Amino acid sequence: MSELTARSGAAGEFVLRGAEVLDRSGRRRADVVVSDGSVVAVGEGLSAATVLDAGGCIITPGLVDLNAGVGQPGYEETETVHSAARAAALGGFTTIVARADTHPVVDSAAMVKEVLALGVGAACRVLPAATITVGAKGERLAPLAELASLGVRLFADDGRGVPDARLLRRALEYAAALGAVIVQFAEEPSLAAGGEMHEGVWSSLLGIGGIPSEAEEVVVMRDLALARLTGGRLHFRTLSTAASWAMVAGARRRGLRVSAEVALHHLLLTDSACAEFDPATKFRPPLRPEADRRAVQSMLAAGEVDCLVSDHTPHSIEDKEVPFGEATAGASSLEWLVALALTELTLVDVGQGGDRSAVPVGLAELIGALSWKPAALVDPATTGLIERGAVADLTVIDPTATWTLDPLRGASRSRTTPFVGRALRGRVRHTIVRGVPVVIDAVAQG
Amino acid sequence: MKHLLGIAGMSRESIEELLVLADSFAEVNARPIPKVPALRGKTVATLFFEDSTRTRLSFETAAKRLSADTLSFSVSSSSVKKGETLRDTALTLEAMRIDAVVVRHASSGAPWQLARWLDCSVLNAGDGWHEHPTQALLDAFTLRQRFGSLDGLRIAIVGDIKHSRVARSNVWAFTALGAEVVLVAPRTLLPPSLEGWPVQMSEDLDAVLGTVDVVYLLRMQLERQNEALVPTLREYTARYGLTIARADRLADRAVVLHPGPMNRGVEIAPEVADLERCLVLDQVANGVSVRMAVLFKLLAGGEGSASDEGSERVGHE
Repeated sequence: MSELTARSGAAGEFVLRGAEVLDRSGRRRADVVVSDGSVVAVGEGLSAATVLDAGGCIITPGLVDLNAGVGQPGYEETETVHSAARAAALGGFTTIVARADTHPVVDSAAMVKEVLALGVGAACRVLPAATITVGAKGERLAPLAELASLGVRLFADDGRGVPDARLLRRALEYAAALGAVIVQFAEEPSLAAGGEMHEGVWSSLLGIGGIPSEAEEVVVMRDLALARLTGGRLHFRTLSTAASWAMVAGARRRGLRVSAEVALHHLLLTDSACAEFDPATKFRPPLRPEADRRAVQSMLAAGEVDCLVSDHTPHSIEDKEVPFGEATAGASSLEWLVALALTELTLVDVGQGGDRSAVPVGLAELIGALSWKPAALVDPATTGLIERGAVADLTVIDPTATWTLDPLRGASRSRTTPFVGRALRGRVRHTIVRGVPVVIDAVAQG
Repeated sequence: MKHLLGIAGMSRESIEELLVLADSFAEVNARPIPKVPALRGKTVATLFFEDSTRTRLSFETAAKRLSADTLSFSVSSSSVKKGETLRDTALTLEAMRIDAVVVRHASSGAPWQLARWLDCSVLNAGDGWHEHPTQALLDAFTLRQRFGSLDGLRIAIVGDIKHSRVARSNVWAFTALGAEVVLVAPRTLLPPSLEGWPVQMSEDLDAVLGTVDVVYLLRMQLERQNEALVPTLREYTARYGLTIARADRLADRAVVLHPGPMNRGVEIAPEVADLERCLVLDQVANGVSVRMAVLFKLLAGGEGSASDEGSERVGHE
C-alpha cells in the first residue's frame, strides 16, 4: 500500500478493495473507488493508484451519530470537539451532531459559530445542535431561524426537555418551515424528581429513588398529540420503554412526521446492572427492565427504530468516583458503539447461548439505524447509496476482528463505560470522511 | 467474612453465628469492667457522611470494649462538596492503615463502593434507604432474647418502609430467622415494587394488630407530608400511629420495637413508649453487644471458620 494519509489523500484517488458494499439498496460484492471527495466508481475488479485493503470487510455509507456530547465549550477537562471527533472516527462515524448541553449552552449564533470553528480540522464532521429555548430554560424560544440559517438542523433542550406544552407547540410550528427538527428529551420532571434509576424491582430492593417508565411515556403521549396538532417535525431523544416505542410506531403509521432514537446502552443493559452501585451504569433515561430492552431490540430488528445513537456523555473520573446517587448520568461510547452492537445484537451471535440475541438484529437494520436513517435528519440530500457521484463518507467494518474494550486506550478523554473489558467481535477498520481516510487499519490519521 | 455490607443474601447460619457471638459479648457487658483485649492493636475508624450520634457512639463503644483503637473521621457534607471524591476519602483512610471502617452514608450503595476500593473491612452503618445490617442484627437479638427464637413469630413493620434502610435489612433478617413479616403502610410509603420480597402487605394496621407478636414502628419523617406521601402527620397518626387504644388490642405477649429516635405522638403515643412491652432501651443496650460481635468476627474471627461461605453473598460479589 502506498502512502495515504489524511492530508495527502485529500484529493488523491484510492480504491477500497475486497469488501462487500452494504447500503440502502442492499448488499453486494464490490470495490469502491474514491476521488476528490466523491465515490467515482463502484464495481468488481476496480483499481486505482492507491489501494486500501478491505478484504472480508463491509463498506457502508458513513455512520452518523445524532447525539454526541463533546464537552466543549465549558467542560474541556472531560472532552473536546477534537477528542470526541477522533473517538467518533475510530468508531466509524463520519458525522456527529454535537449536543447543545455545553456550558454555556448553544443557543445563539455566536455559540453555533464557536462550535463550528472548534470543529475545523476535526477527524469527522461535527454539526452543532442548538437548544430550543434560550439557556435551555424552557421559557422562550431561541432564535431558531437564525441558527437554522447557520446549518443547525436539530434543536434540543437536552437533559431537561421542554415541559411547557404551549412552548413546545410554538417550537414545532415555528421550526416546521425551517426544515429543522425539534428534538424532545422525554421526561416529566415532577415524576422523575428524586429518581436515580428505573423505578421497579431493583430500585425497590436497592433503596434508590426511581424514575418510572411513565415519566417518559406521558411526555411521548402528549408530544405526539402536539405533533398532530402542529404538523411539526418531532424527534424523541433516547426512548427507553416498550410503550414509548409502540406509541411512536403507531403515530408514524397514522402518518405523523415523528422519529426517535435508541441509545446503545438501552439495548445492552437492564436496570439489574445497577445492583453493584457502579455509577457507570447510571443513565438518563435510566436503564430499564429486560422486557423493555427486548422490545426495543425487536423494534430495531424490525426496522422500526429510526436511529441508534451513542448518547456519548463525557465525564471526568471524579464525576464517577462518588456514590451512585450523587453521580452524574451517562458514559463514553462513541468509539465502541459499532463493535458492541455487532457483538451483542447481530445475527452472528445466534447459537452462542443467552437470550440477548433472541431477536437478532440484521446487519442492514443495524447499519440503517446508524447511517442513512440518522443522515436523513441532518442531510436531507443524502441517498444512503454507495454509488457514483455520492459524497465519499464511508465506513469500512471488519465484522470478524476480535479485540477487547479498554477505555484507557480510547481516543476520548472520558473513560467511563459500563463495558470495560468486554470481548468484542467486529471493528471499524477504515473511516473515510469527504474522501479522506481519517482512520486506516483502526488507527486515526493525522 | 471480610465485610458486613447488608443482610440480603446472608444465610440463617451466618446470622445466627453472629447472634450467638453477641450473647457472649452481652455477658462481657454485664461485668463490672466490660472490656476484653480481643482487638488490641486493631484500629477501627468511623466514617460518617451523615450525622448519627447514636449509631456512632454504639460502634465506638463496641470497639473500645474490645480494646481496639478508634478513629473518628468526620466528613461534613461541605468538605465533600469541595471536590474530594468518595474514593479519595477511602484512599486517605487506607493510608492510615486502619483495620476496619464503619461507614454511614446518605447514598445507597456507598459501602459497596468503598469495599471495592479498600483492603480493610467495611461495616455498613446505614446506607441511604438501602441497608442497616447491625440494626437488623440487634433487633433480631432483642427478639431472640425475649422469645427464645424468631421461628414462627409474626412481625408487623409499620410506617415509611419506602425510605427505610432499617426495614430493608429487617425484612431479610427476620425472614431468614423464620419469622413471618407483614409490611403495614399506605401505598405511598411502600417501595414501588415488592416483587421478590418474602413479605405480606397490608394498608390496615387495625386489621393486623391482633395477629402479631411484634410491632416494629419506623420513624416517620416530618418532611414526608411535604412530598404528598401523606396528607398530614395527624392523619398518619390516626391511621398508623400506635396509640394507647391500639396497644391495648395487642396480644399479651406482643412487644413493640422502634429503631429510634422516636417521634412521640406521631408513630408512637408517649404512654406506649413507656410500656414494659416497648423494648427500645433493650435495643440500644443490645446494639453494643451485637456490634462487638460483628467487629470481632470481621477482625479477629473467621480464620478457617466454616461460616465464610455466607459472607460472599453479603457483599453482592
